[in-house]
Amino acid sequence: MSQQFYVAPEQVMKDRADYARKGIARGKALVGLIAKDGVVLVAENPSATLRKVSEIYDRIAFGGVGKYNEFDQLRIAGVRHADLKGYNYSREDVDARSLANQYAQMLGQIFTHEMKPMEVELLVAEVGGEATHDTLFHILYDGTVMDEERFSVLGGDAEAIKERMENLFSPDLDTAAAVKAAVGALAGPDRELEASDIEAAMLDRDSSHRRTFRRFEDDEVAELLS
Amino acid sequence: MGLRERSRDHRTSDAAAASFAAGEVPHGTTVVAVTIQDGVILAGDRRATAGNLISHRTMRKVFPGDRWSGVAIAGAAGPAIEMVKLFQLQLEHYEKVEGKALSLEGKANQLSIMVRGNLGAAMQGMAVVPLFCGYDRGRAVGRLFEYDVTGGRYEESHYAASGSGSLHAGTVIKLGFKTDMTREEGIDLCISALFQAADQDSATGGPDLVRGIYPIIASITSDGYTEVEESEIAERFGAMVDDLQTATAAPQGGRA
Repeated sequence: MSQQFYVAPEQVMKDRADYARKGIARGKALVGLIAKDGVVLVAENPSATLRKVSEIYDRIAFGGVGKYNEFDQLRIAGVRHADLKGYNYSREDVDARSLANQYAQMLGQIFTHEMKPMEVELLVAEVGGEATHDTLFHILYDGTVMDEERFSVLGGDAEAIKERMENLFSPDLDTAAAVKAAVGALAGPDRELEASDIEAAMLDRDSSHRRTFRRFEDDEVAELLS
Repeated sequence: MGLRERSRDHRTSDAAAASFAAGEVPHGTTVVAVTIQDGVILAGDRRATAGNLISHRTMRKVFPGDRWSGVAIAGAAGPAIEMVKLFQLQLEHYEKVEGKALSLEGKANQLSIMVRGNLGAAMQGMAVVPLFCGYDRGRAVGRLFEYDVTGGRYEESHYAASGSGSLHAGTVIKLGFKTDMTREEGIDLCISALFQAADQDSATGGPDLVRGIYPIIASITSDGYTEVEESEIAERFGAMVDDLQTATAAPQGGRA
């Protein structure tokens, strides 16, 4: 029979956190920011079909970085949570805070009780009637939730991107300027990102549709960047 | 009394209770759809009846399915509205999970399954018989489907009608139908069909000029689902009524 060695809980948690962080750092980054016309989400993503940014509900969007199958599983759980809640109660009862809490619970549970933590970071964004009512929830692999005021950066190289974002951000950016700022921050000084490397979407504050989520196709992204 | 007889007894009394209830619960009546140049027009009157009483004057029977489709319902109002709500949810949920909307064919089949699921209730007088229309983006045409209570799904190329006034409304459309109608011609034909159905069928509501209640009419074209403004419907009703009055005021040979 093999002998089980004692490992201190601190060490176990640290190892798991390191493992998750490493996995996330390998992936490309995503930026979400609160702009004049709504919440803009921009990710570096060369794939045209595997998405990092998607719609959850009328005024709620989702962004995920890290391991694709893991955050996609969480995305689907989020859509189900929101759709069921809206069906059982009312559409206006579906909000980002409750969804962020739900994600925090799931990620926290997995981080402490499973062998392998999830190698993901999530962004849950909601657009309000005015910019002060917009919300951005940044959720970490261990279930930590952060409520961000202006913008949020997730994924690899987040610290450097965040610093660049500090210089480029302003609350009255229009949509094109917001996308440009996010792409600039993601690219950094040494490289250029093409429209086809970018996945962009927004929650449109003044949308005439009930569902405010709007995805920008490659040609629209090119136009916004020009 | 043996167990078997007793259970049979229960069943008959349940059925009797249900069919009694079916006469008491609100039922929606007449809905019609016609194909036009670039899509489909979908229209429904506003009356709900419970037995011989009018239970609602402003009921909505025409709903969006999603951006590119519409559904109109006839039959027991409660289960029908619930079915639409669930149908809309299914379409939106699929679109969000898969990142791509269902094909029009897929949507029509999904509704068929839901109608089939209601068969038990339909046998006890709570039938729901929808019409489903949409713009098929793959084929760039408007298409329309009608159903029977068993979930049978039938695609129609020109027009369809459902509900108690469907016989009269359907006949009006049949006589007035032309291929490649404009949006306006399609709306006028639907208005006329609902007016004539209301004239012959007590369960179908005509335009209520006192309260300002008009049918709900939607167009589903390459621009998606759009409801026609109430002011436009009122105006078109006015024009139709004027035409009818001139027609009846004219001398009628042999009858005067």
